[in-house]
Amino acid sequence: MIRSLLSGDTPRSLPLALILGGILLCLALAPFLFPGVRTVDTAARICIFIVLVASYDLLLGYGGIVSFAHTMFFGIGAYGVALASTHMGRGFDAIAIGALSGAVLAAALALVIGLFSLRVRAIFFAMITLAVASAVAVLVSQLSGLTGGEDGLTFKTPRELGPAFKFGKEAFDGKLFGVKLNGKLLAYYFVFFGAALLFLAMLRVVNSPFGRVLQAIRENDFRSESIGYRVVYYRVAATCLSAAIAALAGSLYAVWLRYVGPDTVLSMEIMIDILLMVVIGGMGTLYGAMIGATLFVLAQNYLQNLMGAASHLVEGLPLLPELLSADRWLLWLGVLFILSVYFFPTGVVGRLREKA
Amino acid sequence: MTAAPEHAPTMARLSLRDRVAPHMPVLLVPLLALAGFVAIMNPASWLTLTVSGLAMGMMIFLMASGMTLVFGLMDVINFGHGAFVSVGAFVGITVMLGLGHMTAAPSLMLNLGAILLAVIGAILATGAMGWAFEKVIVAPVYGNHLKQILVTMGGLIVVEQLIIVAWGPEEIYFNRPEALKGAITFAGAAIEKYRLVAVAMGLVVFAVMRWVLRRTKIGLIVRAGVENGEMVEALGYRLKLVFVGVFIAGSALAGLGGVMWALYQEVITAHMGNHAMILIFIVVIIGGLGSVEGCFIGALLVGLMQNYIAFLEPKAALISNIALMVTILMWRPMGMIPVVKAK
Repeated sequence: MIRSLLSGDTPRSLPLALILGGILLCLALAPFLFPGVRTVDTAARICIFIVLVASYDLLLGYGGIVSFAHTMFFGIGAYGVALASTHMGRGFDAIAIGALSGAVLAAALALVIGLFSLRVRAIFFAMITLAVASAVAVLVSQLSGLTGGEDGLTFKTPRELGPAFKFGKEAFDGKLFGVKLNGKLLAYYFVFFGAALLFLAMLRVVNSPFGRVLQAIRENDFRSESIGYRVVYYRVAATCLSAAIAALAGSLYAVWLRYVGPDTVLSMEIMIDILLMVVIGGMGTLYGAMIGATLFVLAQNYLQNLMGAASHLVEGLPLLPELLSADRWLLWLGVLFILSVYFFPTGVVGRLREKA
Repeated sequence: MTAAPEHAPTMARLSLRDRVAPHMPVLLVPLLALAGFVAIMNPASWLTLTVSGLAMGMMIFLMASGMTLVFGLMDVINFGHGAFVSVGAFVGITVMLGLGHMTAAPSLMLNLGAILLAVIGAILATGAMGWAFEKVIVAPVYGNHLKQILVTMGGLIVVEQLIIVAWGPEEIYFNRPEALKGAITFAGAAIEKYRLVAVAMGLVVFAVMRWVLRRTKIGLIVRAGVENGEMVEALGYRLKLVFVGVFIAGSALAGLGGVMWALYQEVITAHMGNHAMILIFIVVIIGGLGSVEGCFIGALLVGLMQNYIAFLEPKAALISNIALMVTILMWRPMGMIPVVKAK
């Protein structure tokens, strides 16, 4: 049963299986294990980023294509839900329509970019996506009439997903294991199950014949073409699929935050975060996305404070406080990123599987 | 046995289309300028916009040329190229601000001298940095585009953050040297003086670069290396050394472009290289990866296009470059002047 749910792609390493199981358990029971606004928010972010990073891995790890427009697709999904909810009023129908149209638009855009660049060279894709993504980011902040500009959009999700909605008064007295049964809890599980569904769907895709062909193309595109696979079609299809899933992840994020803005869903920094998560977790395996996203989001939330503290400790010494200040977080990430691409290209998952 | 047919070669004249086709990219620049003239219908504004477009194009060319050469020669795609632009700008402007007495004087010679010193400072700094970047970041990942993109992107982030550590996170505003402020009026059109300097600088660099590539031995080796590296090595040239040299030169050019760009904008931020990268990519792609001439033409097209559209329809300026890129890729998928590699 579990095997078929995972599409036959089991972790293949005991420590890895334990870690993944631990992450899954923590996320599934997050509101009960770690009650608290901030911790639940962290857990939801982890769920969403797992899907986002996995969809990026579909492109980078399985297809061997580097894209810098993944936040753009993420943002399209998020803005889709936000715009639909603003104009159609709160409701699940608005979320569904927004998410669906976001995913379709993202896939269509990916199709166009892919057809233009991938038919020539795979590296064109990286450059063109960077150019298009930055143009879209500027466009979104300029078209303030539609998108709210730099301020973004705040909107209402269905009442059932908001903290004001209470349930289970009669049966459990409104509480379960000391946790208030309200709409925020439902919203968390909406995000969690949405993310789980998307993740399993991607696992199905990469372990299908389609996924195999992608891997073959990554290893040797010339040879794959000779065997008779149209490399361009497969690459473009992977791009579209990955864009659509990124957009759906964006929709989940919008539902969770009830807000979208250029900085939260479109910024280049998120793109860099995604790259880091993929590389740290391990390229070419979706489980890497789980580990990478979890490690990274946790580090982002808690390690940054630690850096600030370290910076205070070395106060008075030259240069060190500035290098260690929490604002220089990206500096160390960059260093870590370069080192992991050199010395650690298969990431955490690759290392654990090697040992097994 | 029949006699061989009379030898009668037909000397077909190439059709006009075939004769024009190779020069089409070069002709695009005047064509675009002409189209701009028709659309704007005002000679004075057109002249102003054309000069500023050319100036912008020249500066983009300075920044992009290094990247296209590095790719052409060694198949290395450097996403960290923007870092050199930022570093060049910061070092150059720091030098210039240190020469306050030279920039404040209203003498053109003194002002140009200050800029020259700033440029030399920037070139030295980015050249040295290019050497280090090549050794530390790029050398371990030859022949692997995927890793190159990832690692050089990482390098860009690190350099950007180090700039913030060294110069602080705030934007730095400054004034251009005294004699280069303001505009001159020519045929009713106001032309900023600095833009003329930028155009002159770009033309000089392009001419020198073309001369080096076409007329000197080192240029011959570089061009041969682009076409067939293995053969050049078989003839006994150490292409690796040539490549390091090209990388350093390309970085220094980016630094030079960075100083010019900073003087044009009159503000520097740590992210300016990152922003410039977007234009650089567009230019490099439409020019044809690896082609210096293509890069030059592409840069001029982008500069002109951006200025015309910004005047005609400000909202559309953002996507005009993307539209230009799409059009050109539809016409020539490998860029305007594709580099033919002997494989």
